Amino acid sequence: MSFPNPTLLIGCLALLCGWGVIGLAGLLRPGSVRWAGNILFTLGAALGLALAVLGAVSLLGGGTERLILPVGLPNLPMHLRLDPLSSVFLVLLGASSAGISVFAGGYFRPGEGTLPGLMCLQYHLFLASMALLLLADDAYSFLVAWEVMALSSYFLVVSQHRIPEIRRAGFIYLVMAHIGALAILLAFGVMQGGSWLFTFHAMRAAHLTPGWAAAAFLLALFGFGMKAGLVPLHIWLPEAHPAAPSPVSALMSGVMLKTAVYGVLRVTLDLLGHPAWWWGLVPLALGLLTIVYGVLFAAVQTDMKRLLAYSSIENMGIVFTGIGLTILFDGAGMPVVAALALVATLYQCMNHAFMKSLLFLGTGSVLHATGERNLGRLGGLIHRMPWVAWLTLIGVLAIAGLPPLNGFVSEWLLLQSFLFADRLPHAPVNLLLPMGAALVALGVALAGYVMVKFFGVIFLGRAREATLARAHDCGVLERIGLAWLALGCVLLGLFPLQVVHALGAVTQQLLGAAVPQAVSVWWLLAPVPGRAVSYGPLVFLTAIGAVVGIAMLAVRLTYRQRVRRSPAWDCGFGALTSRMQDTAEGFGQPIRHLFQPFFAIERQLPAPEDRAPRYHIEIRERIWSMLYEPLARAVQRLADLASRVQQGRISVYLFYSFATLLVLLAVALFR
Amino acid sequence: MTLGDWITQGLEVLMAVAAAPVLLGWVNQCRAWLQNRRAPSLWLPYRNLHKLFHKEAVLAENASPLFRLAPYVVFGAMVLAAGIIPSMGTRLPLVVSADAIALVGLFVTARVFLALAAMDVGTAFGTLGARREMMVGFLAEPALLMVIFVASMISASTALPAITEHLLSGRVGLSPSLAFSAVAFVLVLLAENGRIPVDNPATHLELTMIHEATLLEYSARHLALMEWAAALKLFNYVCIGFALFLPWGVAEGHIGPLGLLVAIPALAVKLATAGAGLALIETVSAKLRVLRIPEFLASAFLFAVLALLVQVLLGT
Repeated sequence: MSFPNPTLLIGCLALLCGWGVIGLAGLLRPGSVRWAGNILFTLGAALGLALAVLGAVSLLGGGTERLILPVGLPNLPMHLRLDPLSSVFLVLLGASSAGISVFAGGYFRPGEGTLPGLMCLQYHLFLASMALLLLADDAYSFLVAWEVMALSSYFLVVSQHRIPEIRRAGFIYLVMAHIGALAILLAFGVMQGGSWLFTFHAMRAAHLTPGWAAAAFLLALFGFGMKAGLVPLHIWLPEAHPAAPSPVSALMSGVMLKTAVYGVLRVTLDLLGHPAWWWGLVPLALGLLTIVYGVLFAAVQTDMKRLLAYSSIENMGIVFTGIGLTILFDGAGMPVVAALALVATLYQCMNHAFMKSLLFLGTGSVLHATGERNLGRLGGLIHRMPWVAWLTLIGVLAIAGLPPLNGFVSEWLLLQSFLFADRLPHAPVNLLLPMGAALVALGVALAGYVMVKFFGVIFLGRAREATLARAHDCGVLERIGLAWLALGCVLLGLFPLQVVHALGAVTQQLLGAAVPQAVSVWWLLAPVPGRAVSYGPLVFLTAIGAVVGIAMLAVRLTYRQRVRRSPAWDCGFGALTSRMQDTAEGFGQPIRHLFQPFFAIERQLPAPEDRAPRYHIEIRERIWSMLYEPLARAVQRLADLASRVQQGRISVYLFYSFATLLVLLAVALFR
Repeated sequence: MTLGDWITQGLEVLMAVAAAPVLLGWVNQCRAWLQNRRAPSLWLPYRNLHKLFHKEAVLAENASPLFRLAPYVVFGAMVLAAGIIPSMGTRLPLVVSADAIALVGLFVTARVFLALAAMDVGTAFGTLGARREMMVGFLAEPALLMVIFVASMISASTALPAITEHLLSGRVGLSPSLAFSAVAFVLVLLAENGRIPVDNPATHLELTMIHEATLLEYSARHLALMEWAAALKLFNYVCIGFALFLPWGVAEGHIGPLGLLVAIPALAVKLATAGAGLALIETVSAKLRVLRIPEFLASAFLFAVLALLVQVLLGT
């Protein structure tokens, strides 16, 4: 392999430094919303766009660029590498962060938590560290970037640190991030394979025994899975995402979670080479569990940002299911089908980056306009905030997996790869895989339910509070940001063939195969090997648009009737108040009822003679009382035991030194 | 794709749009006979639509543009769905753009818009209907996908015409997996179209209604489109059933008008039989409580999964 001049890589590096400079520039006038907010964030968005362009050029070129910078540890200069896999994620990072940054430029207001200038520094550091992470080609720079990413996002999460719950959420996030980082560190330790060289190049060359390779894989899955929100390691996610300001939630959910996916793909398919087929079962099983778990909890949430956080967990479940299938098919010697599953995985990552960022930003606008995060106090905002409502609707339809938008494409690709399950040579897995497809179908269907609840309760119906009448639509920069992300959802949905074609470089790199294209027309996606199956969203959209147009025209021409407005009929009940609509609790009731064993429900029901009746219901995850609270108690007990060593008397400490010396001497003597 | 294929395509869509209300009328007629009532005219649904289109539309004061758009989207989705189901011929130009999974997605699109429109006015019944409609949807959709998966595994394609052609080729005998998935499909059909035992299309009883509750605020042309779309949905589901389980009479390959001469009567006979069967099911069963619907659909899902397991195990 020859390596051309690393022009694109240097370009990426320059943009990354540009983000750093923008961040520092925020400190010049830290209190000024106009400077830090409007100007610097918009500039950051332009850099994001440039990064996406560079990534796209590199991806379409399909080449690999390398660069060694003389900074870092004495024997380990910083290795950087730009290959198709990192390019895909750079495009994702650049394109979605461009929308988020523009939105953020109009979002921050004076007097909210951290100063805008400081926020600007943390935000751009966060972006730059994610870009560095994608470019890193040795374990050291990777982990440095990983840690900077975790820390900068921690500070962003706790930007409103005066609220105790937010501090708690930040703490849980920090603890989980570090446990995860530890596992990743250990994974790299295993992967160097005795060579003690920590470049990725050396790790690719290392020959691990199957046992050690599996250990490295499981450690990496644990570490990255923690960041990705894989059940049961997800508990930080529904706490941290709602706590952060909305652009940060969007960035964390849309982009940061994908760095974990990048990590798993890099380690499993690149550094460890061709994995054993059974490894795939672990991410597959966890992914399926995560889908169902995430979507069920999303369905019963009453806080709009928590709902989205659980929906992110569900989407990461879909991604990990795809990874599991990829490994399974690759290990079974079916590289083309594996490529199909990998394309589905990467497509889902792209989609989620756009859709979820869009939805989080939409909730941010609602939050600013109303000051309310509880779904039970919103409603009817489509009249007050048409821009936000209609743009959010695109995200809602996309994430519910409706054709011809983007969410459907990845779902379609994933289900198509599931259909090859019966070709696998492993009998029991053959039987179980279709169940997996059933669970994916259930998860996708439930996601539709969740999204109808989300959009319907916030934007449709009547305003549930009188204060909502004062809600206002969002500003120009915010509109641009939302529109950019919505455009991404539409384009990713309408031009799947072009996206799949671009992803071909990645499947070539990781699996040595690309998905076929059975039909040679640009508007038809036919990627399934050996099967005449195709999907053409453009035709789809045109046909449905034509039917809708003809129907409208025909109705208008044939029956000229005017429209009269009157009070809602409601079966003639009269006295209709906005309190009679379903609340978020009400809409989640069937799910609560059907899947009761999943939830820990605390109810407070009013007694018949209550003067001020109060109905309260709280739903928590059983996993806290079943796993994490005992774990925390055990850690506390161990710490108590360890603290006995600490006596506070100098004579005891001198004795410790003496004993240590004796032990060391003994070791030296008997070796 | 030849001009003949496009003509077939156009004819099929027009046929579906025109015949859907008649199918509904036929089912109602059969039901009336079975219940010893005097049957309404076969053309009653048509008269109804005509009446509704002529009326002045009344919109709730706080209805948003989404409310007015939804009937057109729902109707459009159902018409497009009719275009990709091989009810008469298998060479349909539109089919390349959507396979069976996309067809399910199309149904979900219609349902999501229906539910959103029902929540738009903000009445108690509307949101109740939306919630129940979505509940039936999320339970029925996986079952339907599993049914389609079984057929796809048998014929190695998720495109409906390919499945139909494979079944027509005679390589598939009477397989147990098809039998199981047919049972599952019938249950899904009943639930998705709001028939007894899941929902009663003839009731407006507040506590039990599902589909009708979502339409309460609609009137005139909007209501007409919604009703027509519902009739088309029933027609489409029945035709999916034919494509998956009873493909006989569907013309293969490029067919001209002569081919249609065979296909149309075959389809009419099948539709009449299926409509009578549906009326029979509705007559002999009682409406379930809303809380029991999940059990009903879970059994559909289990049948479909069973079919899939049998398919993988036996490979038939």
